[in-house]
Amino acid sequence: MGTPPIGADAREEDRAAYLDETARKFGISVEDYLLPTDGSIRILDETGALRPVGEQGTAPGHEYPLPEAGDLLEAYEALVVGRRVNDQNSALVRQGRMAVYPSSHGQEACQVAAALCLGADDWMFPTYRDSVAVMTKGIDPVETMTLFRGDWHGGYDPKKYKVGIQSTPLTTQLLHGVGVAHAAKLRGEDTVVLAMCGDGATSEGDFHEALNFAAVFKLPVVFFVQNNQYAISVPLAHQTAAPSLAHKAVGYGMAGERVDGNDLVALLAVLRRAVRLARDGHGPLLVEAHTYRMQAHTNADDATRYRQDAEVQEWLAKDPVTRMRAYLRSESVLDDAGEARIAEAAEAMATRLRDGLNEDVAPDPEDLFRYVFTEPTTQLQEQRARLVDELARDAATETEGTR
Amino acid sequence: MTVTTSSDANGNVSAATARASERAAEHAEAAQLQPVTFAKALNTALADALEASDDVVLFGEDIGTLGGVFRITDGLTDRFGEHRCFDTPLAESGIAGMAAGMAMNGMRPVIEMQFDAFAYPALEQIFSHIAKMHNRTRGGLKMPIVIRIPYAGGIGGVEHHCDSSESYYAHTPGLKVYAPATVADAYRMLREAIDSDDPVVFFEPKKLYWSKDRLDLDALRASYDDGAPASRSEGKAVIAREGSDATLVAYGPSVPTALAAAAAAAEEGRSIEVVDLRTIVPLDDATITASVRKTGRAVVVAETPGFASVASELVARIQERCFHSLAAPVLRVTGFDVPFPAPKLEEFFLPSVDRILDAVDELQWEG
Repeated sequence: MGTPPIGADAREEDRAAYLDETARKFGISVEDYLLPTDGSIRILDETGALRPVGEQGTAPGHEYPLPEAGDLLEAYEALVVGRRVNDQNSALVRQGRMAVYPSSHGQEACQVAAALCLGADDWMFPTYRDSVAVMTKGIDPVETMTLFRGDWHGGYDPKKYKVGIQSTPLTTQLLHGVGVAHAAKLRGEDTVVLAMCGDGATSEGDFHEALNFAAVFKLPVVFFVQNNQYAISVPLAHQTAAPSLAHKAVGYGMAGERVDGNDLVALLAVLRRAVRLARDGHGPLLVEAHTYRMQAHTNADDATRYRQDAEVQEWLAKDPVTRMRAYLRSESVLDDAGEARIAEAAEAMATRLRDGLNEDVAPDPEDLFRYVFTEPTTQLQEQRARLVDELARDAATETEGTR
Repeated sequence: MTVTTSSDANGNVSAATARASERAAEHAEAAQLQPVTFAKALNTALADALEASDDVVLFGEDIGTLGGVFRITDGLTDRFGEHRCFDTPLAESGIAGMAAGMAMNGMRPVIEMQFDAFAYPALEQIFSHIAKMHNRTRGGLKMPIVIRIPYAGGIGGVEHHCDSSESYYAHTPGLKVYAPATVADAYRMLREAIDSDDPVVFFEPKKLYWSKDRLDLDALRASYDDGAPASRSEGKAVIAREGSDATLVAYGPSVPTALAAAAAAAEEGRSIEVVDLRTIVPLDDATITASVRKTGRAVVVAETPGFASVASELVARIQERCFHSLAAPVLRVTGFDVPFPAPKLEEFFLPSVDRILDAVDELQWEG
């Protein structure tokens, strides 16, 4: 055994003190702070009735106040609009207006809560399935769909909206979220980053590197895993042997929590608390939402090959929209007029999507070269000149042909 | 059909400039300037960049307290603090991915990959994100990241410590690829890389780390800060040695070998020109073309395995642009198409002076 490097003892104490302090704040042990509660946090039952506090799955240090009625109504509106977005986009794919659409039908409560738990200066890092979250964060719906309609590999300005572009490689964006949080921390800004991924992504190396980096550097990142049970066709049991995905956090010295991903009330409560803790300097947290992808992975997939109809029916009974609606009606937060207004907003969104995506925008071939580097190299300038020349000759030939 | 631009338009650094720097070196010796190592020039460039902008931040494995396994970041944590130069957990993808995020949020990360082949776990982040982010966001996000890679052979490293990986990066659109060969370029080009708004893969030839040059480092620093764009190295090859009979095209670790071969050839009465590319992407076609058109013969020298490599690309471009000026086919002297060999076999793999001279001899000389 060699001599420990200078400062190693001090760093070890620092690491322990950081967790001790957080646990002390909640009056629980470090283990109880880090480990998720025994089951998913669930505030509404499957019929949309409020569960008694003692049955919500909370534990000391993991208590969740009920979000305010106004916030819940706003979230419900986003939920209904999100459902309409999913169904409209799926229809647009069938009509050939879009190349592909990974629907989050069934997962809309997660989508909406992800966007609504963040402050104006916070960043979100979505996956390709998180279009509803992206739109709920305020990004133009047609811009959001640019990637999927095939105009460009990204459709909005990430800096303007503080939303990373949706990308198809899995979990790589979690590290981008970690970097954004690290830069913010170095500059003394209180930005929180919500970095999203699915259950399959937790098997990727970058998932582990992102969690570890965030924990070691004590960064304000909330990792939000939407466990929708399948990575294309591979079920969760084939993805991990861990008791839950939230348990993975503990190994990195990070708190993990499980929440019912079809219970919008619980999601809002859990994610908002996670964002607050991250902002208050408690370091990163992992939230696993237990939900279900009701439709196929994308239109190219056949979900009947790998899952039983009975299972799908079981999840249909837990639909987040009907549950939230029942709760808000029973609390008299939502009435007929409110429902009509929300339905109108959803229809307006669908119209906006249809109009935008039915519009044919001719791509500019010179765009190929425009954004490779901030200044084009001589090589790219030459290639662009050749393409322009080629197109001019094609146009001339076509003109001659019509004479 | 290919298009060539004039050598002046592309900012060719002429032989006159090379002669001027030779004179400067003589002057340096006369003025008893201290020899500066390649490593010291890099270290100074990093320190000056940290000084110049709070947005610059250095991180990687062992670069803090230890100063890097090659000591290139020596003393920077002490001087600038752990928030500016810090160690990360051991995870190359994490390092590159975090750099992408920090760049998105306004910083200019300079990351170190400990050895060339250790960078491979980070390739997805580098290829799929760092290289493409500017493109995918239609210019909305810039990736001003420098990926420093101690690179190539000549130090007797064991497996995975000596790859010549430049061809992978050069093949990936969106990445700039720098490979300095001189002490002055080490300083200048690293400063340029850090100031670049595009991602730069910065190859530091390991075997040159302790090479020395007598130069006035302070004058070099001052001239960089004066910021004359004409002196920029990116996309501007230099004529490292002037000659008239054949051209050796080289970059990074192969430049000193090519110069030694040219010196040996001179003793045999052949005048060989040596082009030091300095940057592989962007490439200075104009200087290469002008030189080969002048000499009519060319050999490309590179440590990379030759198949489907930067060296093959250079040969193809020379044939396309100089066909009517060529007196002989363009040849390559590269590493063999084998995994980088063990230390005791390395000498048989690397392009050597003799191998270069043999290639020059094959260039269909008459009489």
